[in-house]
Amino acid sequence: MAGATGLRKRAANQVARASVTEPPLVRGILTAIALIFLVVFLILPITVIVAGALAKGVQFYFQALTEPVALAAARLTLLVAVITVPLNVLFGLAAAWALAKFDFVGKKFLTTLIDLPFSVSPVISGLIYVLVFGAQGVLGPWLQAHDIKIVFALPGIVLATVFVTSPFVARELIPLMQAQGNEEENAAIILGASGWQTFWRVTLPNIKWGLLYGVILCTARAMGEFGAVSVVSGHIRGLTNTLPLHVEILYNEYSFTAAFAVSSLLMMLAFVTLALKHFIEWQHSRETNLTAES
Amino acid sequence: MALLIQGAARPVLAAEKKNVTLLNVSYDPTRELYEDYNKAFAKHWKEQTGQTVTIHQSHGGSGKQARAIIDGLDADIATLALGFDVDALFSKGGLISKTWQSKLPENSAPYTSTIVFLVKKGNPKAIKDWDDLVKPGTGVITPNPKTSGGARWNYLAAWAFAEKKFNGDAAQIKPFMTKLFRNVLVLDTGARGATITFVERGLGDVLIAWENEAFLAIQELGKDKFEIVMPSLSILAEPSVTVVDKVVKKHGTGETAKAYLEYLYSEEGQEIIAQHYYRPRSKAVAKKYAAIFPAVHLVTIEHFGGWQKAQADHFADAGSFDQIYQA
Amino acid sequence: MKFKRHSVIPGFGFTLGFTLTYLSLIVLIPLSLLFLKATTLGWEHFWHTVVSARVLASLRLSFGTALASALVNAVFGLLVAWVLVRYDFPGKKIVDALVDLPFALPTAVAGIALTTLYAPHGWMGRLLAGLGIKAAFTPLGITLALIFIGLPFVVRTVEPILQDFEKEIEEAAFSLGANRWQTFCKVILPAILPALLTGCAMAFSRAVGEYGSVVFIAGNMPLKTEIAPLLIMTKLEQYDYAGATAIAGVMLVISFLLLFATHLFQAWTRQYERV
Repeated sequence: MAGATGLRKRAANQVARASVTEPPLVRGILTAIALIFLVVFLILPITVIVAGALAKGVQFYFQALTEPVALAAARLTLLVAVITVPLNVLFGLAAAWALAKFDFVGKKFLTTLIDLPFSVSPVISGLIYVLVFGAQGVLGPWLQAHDIKIVFALPGIVLATVFVTSPFVARELIPLMQAQGNEEENAAIILGASGWQTFWRVTLPNIKWGLLYGVILCTARAMGEFGAVSVVSGHIRGLTNTLPLHVEILYNEYSFTAAFAVSSLLMMLAFVTLALKHFIEWQHSRETNLTAES
Repeated sequence: MALLIQGAARPVLAAEKKNVTLLNVSYDPTRELYEDYNKAFAKHWKEQTGQTVTIHQSHGGSGKQARAIIDGLDADIATLALGFDVDALFSKGGLISKTWQSKLPENSAPYTSTIVFLVKKGNPKAIKDWDDLVKPGTGVITPNPKTSGGARWNYLAAWAFAEKKFNGDAAQIKPFMTKLFRNVLVLDTGARGATITFVERGLGDVLIAWENEAFLAIQELGKDKFEIVMPSLSILAEPSVTVVDKVVKKHGTGETAKAYLEYLYSEEGQEIIAQHYYRPRSKAVAKKYAAIFPAVHLVTIEHFGGWQKAQADHFADAGSFDQIYQA
Repeated sequence: MKFKRHSVIPGFGFTLGFTLTYLSLIVLIPLSLLFLKATTLGWEHFWHTVVSARVLASLRLSFGTALASALVNAVFGLLVAWVLVRYDFPGKKIVDALVDLPFALPTAVAGIALTTLYAPHGWMGRLLAGLGIKAAFTPLGITLALIFIGLPFVVRTVEPILQDFEKEIEEAAFSLGANRWQTFCKVILPAILPALLTGCAMAFSRAVGEYGSVVFIAGNMPLKTEIAPLLIMTKLEQYDYAGATAIAGVMLVISFLLLFATHLFQAWTRQYERV
């Protein structure tokens, strides 16, 4: 049945193609404008970073990346991402389930709250944890008495990063699950599946690509966060410096080439995650094609 | 001399522990200085006590660093840009005693610096003194005194010049400062940012900077592109250092931390200081480097009634700096 | 009125409970301390801080440039999304991948790269200087940085809606005699408007608070190019936590109301569609 609809759709598309697209000239002009915009706002800044990174040759580039302090920063950055992302995945799944599957009072308010970290200035998202856990903060004296370190140590950096990246997975899943509706889950429950079974067998397969994309964005942002982390890190070289903070230090040391080299590393992390994303999308489209044809 | 004897006698106690770790929280321009100094001190300490000392560094804007210490960054040692920020460790954090400044020689400032002008090679705009900075069409680069410790020294140096020029007539000093800051093209948040704006981005005709920053910029970024101009009057910038009492008590690092700062005053320490273009306190070392550091008439912060008063008069909200931008 | 509409699907209590606990611990409690700190100022002092000329000027600048950048992104973000979804051209995959980069790039790096580019000696700076335009260290420069930061928000919210948009509706419009432009304005645009608005609102609220990428290119001149987050830093530098949190609180409330309004609007249009 699905195959028949597919065929019909394809035929209809061919007939109507002229009616739903623009003349070639308009298409060309629109594409050109979009590309010029992207060149100016995305590709030029990237070129600046790459050119700066390679200004002193490939050897210097790798030297800057394998410096012990740079490696320590990279390790910390990865560690922070490894802790942060699973936490936000759990949160994203729970929030999306609650918001997409149910109607309740105050839902829009809650949705807005989830988006809120986007609009908090990075300076503030670091500061709020200092206000809670800092020596002068609410819990400060108690923490000091028990010799527990939160800010200016790993827990503080993780907290600030969790805050900044918390909306990414939820944001990706909520509209997706809303659009998919509840029919399949309702059917599963009525046929006697438990809540967990429904989630694992019905919901998760439906949202896995969106979930992965959210994870990717969340990871990228967790590794790249600068402002909030800068407030809670303490900037101790080799101990609490993340890669973005290391970039700033290098830049302030007049090591522009090394600064851009480390930036390009972060950019490459971005490219790896982006490549992953495209692999995912390719898999996804293959899968939907397969189901459409079977 | 007395310091050296003290330093030699005490560490017997500390030697019981094998390794020590110190955290020195400092401001931006001292990275290169302390990188070298830490190596020298570690060697010295090993020779004296047999202990291995590891020193961690943290650098950032002076005020931001002071705030981090107050909020719980475990600094054994604070080496900041100005006494005002060290004072805050006492007044806002209760981490050190009120009399911190008298605990080490020379107001607890083992090195000094002053404020100079960095101009393009050949000095095309013929900038000689503060007067030339208020001329129309002169582009000035200085960081923001509100966010940068170094910039506060810049501001006070200019103020001291105007005060002398107009015999303390407030009605003329303020317009002078206003004209000066009308010529400022970019107010970066920190000293390094301002240097980069001037040197790398090519903005402005003159950069008001720490003497050590100006030397470093020339050395790192353009030996044949820039030169330093010494104004007729400047300010004695005294970056202050202190042991953070409450933290070293917790860590049990008091001995080492104290020795760390005291060693700054030794001939070896002073030599490293001079090599990084900070003005040494030691007469002997100063003499050796006299060619680099020309004598200049310098006012001190006491001229402004100390940091608390200077901060309130000039940099607090509605202080003289704010008034410039309200006119 | 009942709190929750009936549903056979389980897990409401657990997921909502988890969401609320997580949000409270990570977002709400820390943020409420921010407001608590601001209240230590007292009403009069708070008001005085917030309406001082410099704070007002910086708020105007921050909200103004954020709005300008959101508008630019509304037009060009939509265009980029449109081109990426509807047309084919060589290198499309790579371009599509690049759109996410501003999310991943540390803001300080973005700021440094953009300043290098738009400073008077930079590639774009020189080009613009030839046209008599100063970009770096002016509000224009700030807007440019914010466009960079906000672009993916708009493109990524509009893209899926455009992808799902059923061509049958466009065909219907065509067969009823509408030309392409009319179809776009009357059929397509209304359908993607809620998503476009959400994207813009998110780009806007992110831009208002942006610090790292902007300080480098802003110039930071009081009353002219001083952004509100910089004033927060300035207050902190004077150990004035209360003053800093007061400005932050005001910015946060405005952003929150804006986001809330777009969510209400979105929900309203969804209901409207159902009817």
